[in-house]
Amino acid sequence: MGPELLFFLSSGLFLGWSLGANDAANLFGTAVGSRMVRFRTAAVVCSLGVILGAVVGGAGAAHTLGRLGAVNTLPGAFTVALAAALATLAMTRCGLPISTSQAIVGAIIGWNIYAGMVTGSRALSQIVASWVVCPLLAGAAAVGLYLLLRAGLRRSRIHLLRQDALLRAGLLLVGAFGAYSLGANNIANVMGVFLPDNPFRDVTVLGVTLSAAQLLFLLGGLAIAAGIMTYSDRVIRTVGDRLLQLSPEAALVVVLAQSLVLYVFASEGLEAWLAARGLPTFPLVPVSSSQAVVGAIIGLGLMRGGRGIRLRPLGGIGLGWVATPLAAGIIAFFLLFFVDNVFDQRVARSSLFRFDAEVLAEADRAGIAGETLSSWQGREGKNAMRLQQALERDAGLTRAEAQRLLELAEVVPVHIDLDRAGLHLDEEWLGPDAMRALHALAGRRFEHRWQLHEALAKASPLWRERQDTPLNRGWNRDVRDKLAFIERVFLAGSGP
Amino acid sequence: MPIFRTTRIIESQIEEFLDAINEGALVFRDAVASYLEGRDEDFSAKLAIVEDLETRADRLSRDVEASLYSQSLIPEHRGDVLALLEHSDDIIDRAKTCLQRFDVERPRIPAVWHDAYRRLAETVFRCVEAVIMAARRFFRDPAAASDFLYQVHHYEGEADQLGLDLRRGIFADPGLDLAQRQHLRYFAEGIDRVADMAEGVADRLAIYSIKRRM
Repeated sequence: MGPELLFFLSSGLFLGWSLGANDAANLFGTAVGSRMVRFRTAAVVCSLGVILGAVVGGAGAAHTLGRLGAVNTLPGAFTVALAAALATLAMTRCGLPISTSQAIVGAIIGWNIYAGMVTGSRALSQIVASWVVCPLLAGAAAVGLYLLLRAGLRRSRIHLLRQDALLRAGLLLVGAFGAYSLGANNIANVMGVFLPDNPFRDVTVLGVTLSAAQLLFLLGGLAIAAGIMTYSDRVIRTVGDRLLQLSPEAALVVVLAQSLVLYVFASEGLEAWLAARGLPTFPLVPVSSSQAVVGAIIGLGLMRGGRGIRLRPLGGIGLGWVATPLAAGIIAFFLLFFVDNVFDQRVARSSLFRFDAEVLAEADRAGIAGETLSSWQGREGKNAMRLQQALERDAGLTRAEAQRLLELAEVVPVHIDLDRAGLHLDEEWLGPDAMRALHALAGRRFEHRWQLHEALAKASPLWRERQDTPLNRGWNRDVRDKLAFIERVFLAGSGP
Repeated sequence: MPIFRTTRIIESQIEEFLDAINEGALVFRDAVASYLEGRDEDFSAKLAIVEDLETRADRLSRDVEASLYSQSLIPEHRGDVLALLEHSDDIIDRAKTCLQRFDVERPRIPAVWHDAYRRLAETVFRCVEAVIMAARRFFRDPAAASDFLYQVHHYEGEADQLGLDLRRGIFADPGLDLAQRQHLRYFAEGIDRVADMAEGVADRLAIYSIKRRM
């Protein structure tokens, strides 16, 4: 890894550090504040949990950010992460509880606007919906858990001191679980934008293989841990009684509710388990631990009849939820302009969209039939946003249809040159059957992404996405990952 | 885990402390009976036991206080628990002082009043016993503590009535001179005051229990 790369990653590490400094307070703030857990113990447990969560369970939520907009150059990723970190810092300075998730989403949308890219409307609506659902779910979970805990404690007739010890152990355990969930869910915010330009390669240490993405997430996890160790002390001590004075029992419930909510929005395993039983699943999106904590505390406050809830900070929090993504988007836009024009760094790799006969035929097969779509044949363009607007306006397409057509028209030249790519193909991950299908395409060239996908899908069912049902989501995610990998390795005109 | 070991130690210290108070009240009752029956040696031995129990309760209370603070345990209820121990310790302290006065001043109590003094000491013992039961419940089941708090108030009221009847009887007794009447009243009040201390603890316990149930 060269010094240039380290420099570009530094903004992600800075974002990780600020996330550690702030979000750890959500997990252990009430426990440390009420002197139930020592700061040093909390910091160590939290750091280990975050690193483990990032490396082991970080993949789930990272995919959604990728679908929102793939920041496709390192200087671009650097600027986006820096904008999110600056927005986070600014909001913290204003005394507003921050959400790193919102900051990074705002910054990516800022990048999309600057680069003329289309913002994935489905992913965006999923993320925004989760911002509403997350605090509501955390509040409901907190009320349920509190009633259960209180009834359990009353029935058990445990000695006050034993209860205290159990609560301490519970706070540590639940805090560790929360840290794991935070790492798994929020690592996407810290390192997700660097995924398309991941500088790492897979490594095997003592028989354990860490993928390139896991190494990137490990680095991000270490940055979060550094934030926890060095700066969260101050923040941790101010959290807890900001909205409502909490007893140790309530503190335990708040952390547990928050951890559960973070977990359900991050766990691929839970999604598969729910889907296998025909139950509704949660979208795997990065959610804010701050929002979950606020939701849980408000839930408990309302359960007690709403007395004691401090309304002023609540208004501030509401303002922060709107201001954070907005500020991050604006900062990202201006920073990108600055980095692009002053430092002459390429912040976005522009895509070419070509509406050839094959694309229009494929669009027709997909049921996209605009009034004057045939007149688009032979047209090209580089600005996805303008093209989308034109497709909506002139061809009478819906937004979703226009976005789908743009996906089909994007030029991604791929040449299946196995001799050149041989060393970089992870045959074990792809599997022998999928590799056989790839070998069958040796020497072929593809102009558009869908053409490669179609050819591979014809060659083997292993390359085929299944119907979009909760049960198939894991499979489809895996296929998309592998297709993206093949695209990167065989991209014509660039080294693997 | 070390936290559970520390907790077990403090739990047993608190139990030992409450045992000491309860046993102190029991020995106090027996010591008054021994004095009334003129068994001086027995009385002195019981006084020594109460003094010993009072010293032990003091030590245990200090140890619990030090542990709770140094280990930052039960931050929400630490103040309440320490106040409970401190005021419970006052009960045995008061009982010890009362017996020491018997030992020093050697009041001459006519046989006709022995039964009244004995019944007063018995009621005081029942009152302390009930408050100790309530204190034990406070730690495990605060809602159940109130059952025993009713008993404390009942016995304290009964002790007040017995004390009042005793003082009224003493001052109406033509066989006693004024100095002796005042001396005997002083001891009736001394015994009764132990029940007052128990009631003070019960009042605090009622509030602490409500706080714990919130």
